[in-house]
Amino acid sequence: MSQYLLSTFTVEDGVPGAPASPAEMQEFMRRVIALEAEMDASDTFVFGGALHGTDAATVLRPSDGEPMMVDGPFAESKEHIAGFYIINADDLDEALGWAAKVVAAVNHPIEVRPFRATGRVADQMPGG
Amino acid sequence: MSGVSGTDGGAAQVEQVFREAYGAALATLVRFTGDIDVAEDAVQDAFVVASDKWRKHGIPTNPAGWIITTARNRVIDGWRRARRGSELYQEVGVLLSNELPEDEGPVMDDRLRLIFTCCHPSLRMEHRVALTLRLLGGLSLEEVARSFLVTDAAMAKRLVRAKFKIKAAGIPYRIPKDADIPDRLLSVLAVLYLIYNTGADSSGRVSLRREAIRLTRVLVDLMPDEPESLGLLALMLLNEARMSARTSGPDLVLLRDQDRERWDRRLIVEGQDIVRRFVPMGRPGQYQIQAAIQAVHCEALTFEETDWNQIAALYDQLYALTPTPVVALNRAIAMSEVAGPESGLIALDAIGSALDSYHLMHATRGTTLRRLGRLPEARLAFQRAADLAVAESDKRFIARQIEKLGERLNDHVEG
Repeated sequence: MSQYLLSTFTVEDGVPGAPASPAEMQEFMRRVIALEAEMDASDTFVFGGALHGTDAATVLRPSDGEPMMVDGPFAESKEHIAGFYIINADDLDEALGWAAKVVAAVNHPIEVRPFRATGRVADQMPGG
Repeated sequence: MSGVSGTDGGAAQVEQVFREAYGAALATLVRFTGDIDVAEDAVQDAFVVASDKWRKHGIPTNPAGWIITTARNRVIDGWRRARRGSELYQEVGVLLSNELPEDEGPVMDDRLRLIFTCCHPSLRMEHRVALTLRLLGGLSLEEVARSFLVTDAAMAKRLVRAKFKIKAAGIPYRIPKDADIPDRLLSVLAVLYLIYNTGADSSGRVSLRREAIRLTRVLVDLMPDEPESLGLLALMLLNEARMSARTSGPDLVLLRDQDRERWDRRLIVEGQDIVRRFVPMGRPGQYQIQAAIQAVHCEALTFEETDWNQIAALYDQLYALTPTPVVALNRAIAMSEVAGPESGLIALDAIGSALDSYHLMHATRGTTLRRLGRLPEARLAFQRAADLAVAESDKRFIARQIEKLGERLNDHVEG
């Protein structure tokens, strides 16, 4: 069993295809709740969340003594991660199947990325 | 070990037989080892053994089975050395006796698995093509690199990246679920057709066309009930039949002017037989319709005999399925032949803006305007086509049209 990150992005702090009216929002929530229930039923859902915008972000960089703190996002980019799911899937085809369902539910583009390693590093050490 | 045929294995013949068996052998080794690189090394090792043995003792009747057995033994030896211990080796031994009895031939499903892995839609097109030629076609790295006009180092990097993604992203080694087959098969067919067309762009790359046809035949054998695979095979065969008549030296020859005596009748008959096979399946698709169109062209002994009504109707069908500007262009050409150049021009003007940067659209407009006697406008259209054309043969063809128009325009003025 592998784990995959399904993430979506904001472009210049707007999410393309986001619900525009209360009615649309309600419909959006209904679809997402149904999808997450389906993920739960098949033991697919590991974790998920929606992030605040980059104006709530702080970056810490290593320096001598205390790390240096800077207001703002990590990368000077137009695109920033807006929300994600972490799912269990046997292989990429299964992960892509779930990603297609997420796209249908949230109407945003989704990037699928496999985890190279998950969990606590200590647990992955030989004999750990 | 398989029986040995009496044939003497000359070096070239050994190479040829090996290459034919490569995809099937590799596919089974990938399933067995779960790792493409390990499988490639083992099959490569088996080739070294084979080229020596086969030349001395002749080529076995089941070369793929021979390579699989030899490569598999190499892998087991490697595991045994790596593990030194015995439990795993014994486990492997049990596994083997269940899965791969001595002398087992290639497993058809393995090759399908490998086809779907190499052509997975999550891989970029150039990676799919490289994997397909290298792993399924058994072409050497150098051959694949030469076919796509990149350096060996660049192609090696491309293959490493593609194989890395298969492993890291977890692209599965299995035949897709029935529900996914139509989409996934389209991805496979697109790869094969791209390989064919790359070979068609340059006469020096015949081997790509041959390889594309060979792999499509394999796919048809493996999935005989998929009409789109049959459609693609027929399309390639019918195009291939007319390939040599398409050019005269370095110059393009239009369908209208081709010497139909030079068409390969044997390939045409085979292509038409395949068309007759998929039509009753009643599941039309883009490749089948394109093949049917080419079959109608091949039916006509002269350009004038072409059944344009049928061709226009097929383009309507194709456009309903894949409404691309290029299909629209071909539809407009067929319309010109059915209803006259005025209707053709109206159809062309409707798609003109979508295809403004496509040289063939302007060349077609030029031809249509010329037929209407609107020579100065025709010349402008051809000049625009000349500015946009990239391939040398296209440029020369268009330049010749402009030259001819110039003569006619002068006659006009003087007359």
